[in-house]
Formats: sequence, C-alpha cells, structure tokens
Amino acid sequence: MKIPVRFIASRSAFYLITAWAAITINFFLPRMMAGDPVTAYMQRNAGQISPEAERSLRILFGLDQNSSVWEQYTGYWQLLFSGDLGRSFSNGLAPVGDIISSALPWTLGLVGIATIVSFVLGTATGALIGWRRGSKADVIVPISTFFSTVPYFWLGLIAIAVFSSTLGWFPASHAYDKGSSPVFTADFIGQVIAHGALPAITIVIASLGGWILGMRNMMLTVLDEDYITVAQAKGLPNRRVLWHYAARNAMLPQLSSFALSIGFIVGGTIVMEMVFSYPGIGKLLLDATNAKDYPLMQGVFLIITMAVLCANVLADVAYAILDPRTRQTEA
Amino acid sequence: MTTLEFVNVSKRYRVRGASTMLALDDVSFTLHDRETIALVGQSGSGKSTIAKILTQLETPTSGEVLLNGKPIPRHGRGLRSYRQTLRMIFQDPFGSLNPCHTIRYHIERPLRLDNVVPQNETETEVRRLLERVRLDADAVIDRRPHELSGGQRQRVAIARALASRPSLLVADEPVSMLDVSIRLGVLNLLADLQREEGLGVLYITHDLATARHFSDQIMVLHQGRVVEHGPADDVILHPQHEYTRELRSASPDPEKHFATASTRPQGGVA
Amino acid sequence: MTTAENLTEPAGVGSPETVTVPSPAATTPPKEKTFWSKLASSFAMFRNPKSLTGLVILCVFVAVALLGDVLAPYGALEKDFTALRQAPSWTHLLGTTHMGEDILSQIIYGTRGVLIVGFLAGIIGTAIAVVMGVVAGYTRGWRSESLSAVTNVFLVIPGLPLIIIVASQFENPPLILIAAVLAATGWAWGARVLRAQTMSLRNRDFIQAARANGEPLHRIILVEMLPNLMAIIASSFVGTVTAAVLGLTTLAFIGVIPITNLNWGTILFWAQQNGAFPDFWWWYVPAGLCIAILGVALSLINFGIDEYVNPRLRSAGERARAMKKKGLDVNATMTVVRTVETPARRQAGNTK
Repeated sequence: MKIPVRFIASRSAFYLITAWAAITINFFLPRMMAGDPVTAYMQRNAGQISPEAERSLRILFGLDQNSSVWEQYTGYWQLLFSGDLGRSFSNGLAPVGDIISSALPWTLGLVGIATIVSFVLGTATGALIGWRRGSKADVIVPISTFFSTVPYFWLGLIAIAVFSSTLGWFPASHAYDKGSSPVFTADFIGQVIAHGALPAITIVIASLGGWILGMRNMMLTVLDEDYITVAQAKGLPNRRVLWHYAARNAMLPQLSSFALSIGFIVGGTIVMEMVFSYPGIGKLLLDATNAKDYPLMQGVFLIITMAVLCANVLADVAYAILDPRTRQTEA
Repeated sequence: MTTLEFVNVSKRYRVRGASTMLALDDVSFTLHDRETIALVGQSGSGKSTIAKILTQLETPTSGEVLLNGKPIPRHGRGLRSYRQTLRMIFQDPFGSLNPCHTIRYHIERPLRLDNVVPQNETETEVRRLLERVRLDADAVIDRRPHELSGGQRQRVAIARALASRPSLLVADEPVSMLDVSIRLGVLNLLADLQREEGLGVLYITHDLATARHFSDQIMVLHQGRVVEHGPADDVILHPQHEYTRELRSASPDPEKHFATASTRPQGGVA
Repeated sequence: MTTAENLTEPAGVGSPETVTVPSPAATTPPKEKTFWSKLASSFAMFRNPKSLTGLVILCVFVAVALLGDVLAPYGALEKDFTALRQAPSWTHLLGTTHMGEDILSQIIYGTRGVLIVGFLAGIIGTAIAVVMGVVAGYTRGWRSESLSAVTNVFLVIPGLPLIIIVASQFENPPLILIAAVLAATGWAWGARVLRAQTMSLRNRDFIQAARANGEPLHRIILVEMLPNLMAIIASSFVGTVTAAVLGLTTLAFIGVIPITNLNWGTILFWAQQNGAFPDFWWWYVPAGLCIAILGVALSLINFGIDEYVNPRLRSAGERARAMKKKGLDVNATMTVVRTVETPARRQAGNTK
C-alpha cells in the first residue's frame, strides 16, 4: 500500500498544533481565574508541603512574581515533559498524575466499549433501515430521533430509578461493591460488569439514535448512485451490495462525524459519571471543580484533550484505510 | 476599431507539491472587432486558460495582453472600462446563473454596475436585451434559472454579456452543454448579434464543424501551443499540421462513403 | 420542460426544420409576487411536514415562554408548606417539590431561561460560524488554511470540560455570558461545513461571472453567495441551538451554573439534591421530557431542511412504498416486467 506521506504529514502537523494549543490554553487557564486560592492554600499549609510539591505548584500557577510569562511558559513545558502535572489539593497533595491514572482506565473502559458498541450497532441498524426504506422499519426513525435528543443525564436518572431502585436489577452507583478492592478475580470482574451495565446501556441508548439517523441518510444518498444499480444488475446478491458496496461508502462520513463527536461524547461521559458516581475522570473533574482544586482541574482537562486528540488520530487512520481517495488528494 | 492582442503569452500553474504545469506556451494572436476567431482544441489544451486571462480571472506568467496597443489595465477606472469592453459567455448554462436570483436581476446588474443607461430606463433596457436574444421577456423576466431550459439560460447569459455593450465577446464552449438540436439556434443567434453589433468574438470550442460554420479564422491549440492559424476554410480544407488533420478526420462526414478497412483513417484524436 | 425556440429563418445544413410551439409553461407570466409570497418562497425549506411539525412544537414552547406570567398558576418559587411532595392533582397539575413549589409553574418559567440562552447562543455561534466559514472558503492559500486550522482546533478541544472550568469561575454569570461560552464551544462545526460549501460555490461559473463583471467583494459574498448558503446556515443555527439547550441544562444539572438562572436543568438539579429519586417521578420526569421534546422539535426542523437540500431523502420512503403497492421491490436486482391490460391487448386476446 502506498504510504501517503503528504496526508500523514499534514494531519500530524494539525494534531501537533492542536496539542500545542490545548497545552497553551491550559497554561493560561488558572492565570485567568478569579481570586488566588492557590496562594491561600499554600500559605495555610506552609509547613506541610514538600519542596518538590511546592516547586511544581509554583511553576504550574506562575506564583513566582519574578519570572516573566515566557519563563513561566517554558517552565510549564519542562514540567509537563517530566510527567509532573502538579499536586492535588483535595487529595492531600498526591501527584495529579497518579490520581488521574487511577481514574482513567474506568472511563476509557466503560465509555470506550459503550461508544464502540453504540457506533457499530447504530451504523449497522442505519444501514439496514436505509436499505429497507419504505418498510415498517422506518418507524425506528422517529424513535431514534427522540432518544438522540434526550439528555444523557436524564436518561441515566430514569434508568437508575426504574432498573435499580425499583426493580433492583443493577446496582445504582460506583464501579464495584463497597469494600472491595480492585483485584483480578472473577468475583471482582463480575462486580465491575454488574456496576458498569447500567451506565453502559444508558450511553448506548442515548447515542444510538444519532448514528442510526446519520447512517440512514447517507445510505439513502448512496443507494441512488449509479454504481449501486450496476452492482445489482451484475447479479450480486443483495447482502453483498448492501454491506460491501452501499454501507462501505456510506460509512465514510460516519467515521469523520465520529471523530468530531468524540468531544461531545466526553461531555456526556462527565455527566454520566456524576449520575452514577462512577469513578472515572469525568467525576474527577467535577469533584475538582467543586473543591476548587486547580491543579487537578488543569491536569484532567489536559488529559481529556489529549485523549480526544488520540481518538481523532485513530479515526483519521481508519478513514484513510477505508477511503482510498484520501491517500491521494489533499486532506 | 478595437484590437486585442496576445503577445507571447505563457501561463504556468503550480500543481500540488513542487511541480508546475504549463497551460499555455508562447501563444500569440490578434482579435479585432467585427470578426470571429474560433479557438479549437481538446480538453486540457489551454482554451479555458486563455478565456480566464482575457477576463482577468488569471494573469499570464509571461508575455503581454494588449488592448489597442496598450497593456490591459488591471486596476481602477481602466479595469472598469476594460470589463465593459470584453465580456464572457460561460459553458455551463446552469452554473453561470445564480439559482437564487431572477432573470431580471441577472441582466440588471451589469447595467447598474456600468451605468449603461439611466436608472429609470433599466427595466426597458432589460426587456430590450431579452427580446434581442429572442426570448419572450414577459415570460422569462421574473423566473429563476431552474425554471428555464438550457437553451433559454444560455440566451440569458448572452443577453447579460451584451448588457454593457462590449466590443469583444469571449464565448467559452457556449453550446457544448446544450442539446444538439438547439445548438445551431444559439450559434446562429450569436452570429447575427456579431454581425449586427459589430462584435469581435473569440469562439472557443472543441467542435471543428461549428468552428468552420461560424468563424472567419480558426486557431488550433494543442497542449498549450498554437499549432495552426488561418482563415477558416483554409484550415479545414488544407490543414498544415498533423494534429489538425487528426481533428478533421475525427469529425463524422455524412457525405463520405463508408470506408473499407484499408481506407479507414488511422488513429483518431489523441 | 419544452422550449419556445423560434427558428423562423432557414437554419442551414443539418438543422431540423422547426416551428414555434407555444408551450403553456413558458408563455404564461408568473403570478405577481407579493411581499408575502416572496417571504413564503424564501422559507421554502420549511414547507414540508417534518419542518412544520417541528416549528409548531417550537412555537408552543415560545408561546409558553412569552405568556409565562399568564399561564403559570403559581410563582416559580412560591412555597406552600401545606402541600409538600404532592403527586399531581387538580390544584397542582404536575405536583409539588419538597418545599411545596408548583412544578408546572417552574417548568413554565424555566422555558424562558432555556429558550433565551439557547437562541442567543445559536445566534452568536452561527454568526461566528458564518464569518469564519465563508471567509475561509472564499479566500485561498494561507489565509484560508489558517482559519481552517483555528476551526479544527476548536472542533477537537472538548467543549464541556472547558465550559465547566470557565463557568465555575463566575459567581453569577449573566445570561449573555453563558450564551457566549456555549456559542464559543459550538460554532466550529457549522464553520467547517460552511467552508466546504463556500469553496465549492466559489468555483461555480456564476461567481466567476460576477467577478468578471466587476462586482465588489462585499456584494459577491453577501448577495451572490449567502443566499445559496441559507439552507446550511439555517441548519447550523438549529443545530447550535439544540446543542446549547442540551449544554445549558446539563451544566445546570451539574450545578456549575448558579441556580439563579431558572431552567429545566435547575429543576432536575433540585430534584436530585432533594431526594426526588425514584419515588417522586412528577418532579423529574416532566423536565427531562421537555428537554427531549424541544430537542425533537429542533431535530425535525433540521430534517426538513436536510430533505429540502438533498431531495433524495425526501421521497426515498414514499417511492419505495409506492412501488410496494404495485408489487415491486425497490431493491429488486432484475427489472420486473408487468403485464398491463390495454385495449389492443384485450382486442388481440379476443380475436385469438
């Protein structure tokens, strides 16, 4: 396969620029914030902060009045490259990096799986509905419209109310039972699945509608193209035309809208984690915001942005593999 | 008497990456009013580039374009008067009219922009122009382009081009996207207008037959170079260049007897 | 559509002899365009069942917001300590909260907060999107690329975390600030679509013709291009409003936006804080339903616009159903031949 150097180069340049922009925004964020709880915190706990913690906090928040903004900026970059994201106020000055890395896997696991399931299921359903246009399957369209505009959190609350509190099928919150500790036992994994079921199902149902509708619309456009008629006239079985010709082409815009919606998915995750008290980075961000824990807020925002960028890169790669035209023409 | 000259014009385009493409290579010709020159060539020969340079949508990489002996003005009042002198008719009858505006709007704009007639006479002038291109003004004036047929739209495009009373007209394949049965009607209209208004017309086409029917001179363009240039009949009946001969032999001639295998012309247009 | 080509003189070799055929469609002048019919035709994108349904529902919400003072039976925060946590009844159609506040009134008053912020954010966001998108699409080279890069950066940086962090800075942000922040994270999508459309529009011949005619730049963009982009702009506006409504209610629910701004999300915030789950369904179900129904209405409007822009979506289902009635499958791989009774056939059958 021809390696599309131009394509890769331009996309990499774009992502590097975006990463730089995100980091710079992150740098300026606390400096724009009102008040200065950081200094207040440090004064209150003067004796208890270790020198490294103090140093990193100073650099993170530019408390050194002597250094210029540029020096602070470069210092910030150095801090990042050494993996130091600061210390969390609300967690006894534990390193932000550690806190995030204990929460990140929960989010990635739950949201990653739920989103992929939703995308695959929604795209396949949309393809089928598009193919069977005019049949009873069309009734799914208004249903999915409704679900695509229902706010995530409300659906989650209803789900808890119905399935957890009333019916008692699933636990209502957290990732595992109280008192358990994360070990790799079958029992623990069972708990994880039980606790994760309701949030996952909620995410899937809430986001399914969007994929179904988008795919259906693209299918309708693609099915009118002449090459579909040729494929059918050649005598190819319907199943092959549907999946290998129509769906394959209709899916390309879906992929790019998937990449773009990752930011939106992140938003839904944050809320969902709050509703279910799920110990992921969404909940971490909200707790940090309520506690005015600036180092943690900054760190989480940075990690979220980097994760979204990575997801975009993966989506781009998938798009390039599936669409031969991108390898040749401009991005 | 208006004269437009291309003097050793070349145009190089930058292509994606570092390479360039030579669209025109040392092209020279002269267009007077009251005459029609046909510019014949296949796709990619550079015909549209010449049209774009004439309407100043592009500038030449080297060489000069002269109007009445002086380089064409590129700014200000000179540019404005140049635009009034030379107008273009585009190839795609649907694409050259804005789907959102009425026919009246399309013809009014050049009248207003160039102050051709006083404000209160605009409506009359619009109708006069529509009648000139043999359209029923009442039927057409308030319609939008998608409500008209291809032939009607092209006539509107001609009317729009005539609005500013130009001396020179560039017709970029004006009939190639029309049904064959109405092509001659539109071309004859152009011929009549050229004669009656004393216009100089550069008729760009890939069709040798209409070129001969319609113009005084023919210029053959091949890969950016002028390979043949002369009076229409001479070029058609006694082509000098290999490429022109190929072009000619590619045109179907209903009067020719069916050729046998041995006498069939070799090859076709590249 | 038949033409009224008029070839009265001999046209020369090869042209068919033709005769003027008066075609009814072309010769009757169109009806006088009044102001209202012109207005109606410029809103053609809304004249299909889906859009109209959506618009009607939206108008209901707008009416509720405008007539709130008249419609609401009680004040939004009016407390009645004798009627705490009551289920729906005739005195309180949607029941009461833990402090005896009437939920129906809260929802009615909350409509204002939602619609005002939603539409403000939509207007600001769409304005930014139009400027960024159209300019990026019309210019070329580094100007276009850099604007596009800015757009893409905003597209990728996740919105909600940023809003949470920014909104948490302010004690009591005015509505317009909330709307501005929501717009700032939501404009990028529309800008991207507009840029693509403008780029394709720019290469169309009628724009070249306008440039060749010497139209000034501002007229080319405002009068020639913008009318052709209206459907996309409308769709982008509706989409931004939807996103803003969802974002606002989510932020209110989280508690990031202070409760002084009453909207449906605030109601849910109180519901959750005060133990409404799962028993007091009348507290939390209506608010969420309202958000969903408003979202559906806006989506319907957008569907209608989509079908206007892409006619294939319009009749796809109807065509298939019509064919089904005749016994044909729209996906049939072979051309189906049907025999139909005609007089000739019947005659032939009779004489056999």
